[in-house]
Amino acid sequence: MPISSPHKPLLVLLLAGFLAALLSVSIGSTTIGFEDTLRVITGSGTELQQTLILELRLPRTLSAFATGGLLAVAGALMQVLLRNPLADPYVLGLSGGAAVGALLAMLAGAAGFLVSGSAFAGAMLATLLVFGLAHGSGSWTPSRLLLTGVVVAAGWGAVITLILAMTPASRLPGMLYWLMGDLSHAATPWPGLIILVLVCLMVFPLGRALNVLARGSLQAAALGVSVRPLEWSIYLMASLLTATAVTMAGSVGFVGLVVPHMLRLVLGNDQRLILPACALAGGTLLVLADTLARVVIAPEQLPVGVITALIGVPTFLYLLYRSR
Amino acid sequence: MTRLTTEALIIDIPGRASGVPLNLAIEPGQVWGVLGPNGVGKTTLLHTLAGLREPRSGQLLLDGTPLRDMRRKIVSQRMGLVFQDRQDGFPATALETALIGRHPWLSPWQMESGEDLAIAERALEALDVIHLKDRLVNTLSGGERQRVAIATLMTQSPEIWLLDEPTNHLDLQHQTAVMKLLRQQAACDRAVFMCLHDLNLAARWCDQILLLYPDGQACWGPARDMLVTSALESLFGQRLLSAELDGFPVFVPG
Repeated sequence: MPISSPHKPLLVLLLAGFLAALLSVSIGSTTIGFEDTLRVITGSGTELQQTLILELRLPRTLSAFATGGLLAVAGALMQVLLRNPLADPYVLGLSGGAAVGALLAMLAGAAGFLVSGSAFAGAMLATLLVFGLAHGSGSWTPSRLLLTGVVVAAGWGAVITLILAMTPASRLPGMLYWLMGDLSHAATPWPGLIILVLVCLMVFPLGRALNVLARGSLQAAALGVSVRPLEWSIYLMASLLTATAVTMAGSVGFVGLVVPHMLRLVLGNDQRLILPACALAGGTLLVLADTLARVVIAPEQLPVGVITALIGVPTFLYLLYRSR
Repeated sequence: MTRLTTEALIIDIPGRASGVPLNLAIEPGQVWGVLGPNGVGKTTLLHTLAGLREPRSGQLLLDGTPLRDMRRKIVSQRMGLVFQDRQDGFPATALETALIGRHPWLSPWQMESGEDLAIAERALEALDVIHLKDRLVNTLSGGERQRVAIATLMTQSPEIWLLDEPTNHLDLQHQTAVMKLLRQQAACDRAVFMCLHDLNLAARWCDQILLLYPDGQACWGPARDMLVTSALESLFGQRLLSAELDGFPVFVPG
């Protein structure tokens, strides 16, 4: 509802996020009690506990939170852009571009920062490619953008298969983990968190214009929205968010689709509420999924994308089945 | 008080000759009806007047200022449009739908106030849909949705009301209610400009008529001069019988 105060649901989600983060940093190879965890966070506790939580687990938890939040906000923006509640951050082929970038770097024997940088470059290349092609010689309609994105994504899929087919077997597992989405290589959470907070602040004044845009571009124009610049900026913003997330954690699926969709069912469709709620709920969900991914077959780890897909697919099918 | 004038306006319909340039002056207090067969460009004309489509040539002036030099936000404070088709991709209640009409009047950082809410509720009440305010629009009937759309325009509260077939899907009672409401708005020095298919509604409620012909020809003027049986017969390619009831002409297919 546009009228009701947005603070209450956001506070609840913030609390849930905080609890999930607490849980996530206390569970692991050595489980630390809740009280000890709180003690470490407030600045005391033993040195071992401090190292374990602040240096090993907290960065990963924050990375998970940032990735989930980025993807959920990007998904919500894409849904408004395409006027389609079933769109997700990858629908326009962005993850395919990032994957090709990352896999090529891995194939060349690179690791760490080079893989991330190459993924980011691939994601931005995919964005520009779809953007340029969808513009075409005619008008820039959501269906044209969607079709362009879907076909370009199929092209990336073919290139990914080609790279995998050419890769020596010993290098395949790393690539497959990357493709499924994996947080164990996330270097630092800060760029992601900063971009997430910045975009949430930038999007707030655009929120009502996005609400109007969701009613169609002509209606929005008739109500005084400068449709084209708004569409371009949300496309670029969603792409930047997704590229950042993909760079941190590979292509984690379903967060960007399921989180905005579920929140809309509960909170309505006011973007001024939905977008910050997506940041919090998406982050929380991925923190929980990553915690599961770390402990299910410990000491081995699952790629977090497997968990989100295993939770996401049935949830989404259920929502779709129930929807009118 | 705002007036919309067109100077040698030719709307852009691909593959059609330019025809007669339109020099319209839509004045406060007037109710215009646009008549013409399907595909003649009524909707295109409305979208062009609203500044949503570029004309092939000519220009639009809002109080003497060229429309294309004005900011969209300012235009939308003075001129609003009810579309024929609506997109309901995301669920929204009738009240939320009406409330988006306040968009041109609020700054980016402003939330809707209680006053905005009251304006939207008054509009829903005027259109007899206030009892549906918490219902999702995509669960409403076609006529109810049409009334919510008109309530959105009323919430926007522009000086110039453009409406694309506002009586679509409406039952007889609500057709009359909507037409009366539009006349009231005109009586408050607003201008109403709408496309219609019903000759009798046009004859009963409009004081200015624009006839659009398929070949791009057009003529316009006071309703009593325009609503002539022979002109309407050639417009629609349909023989008509006419009579006069209570001082208004009535047309039925012959």
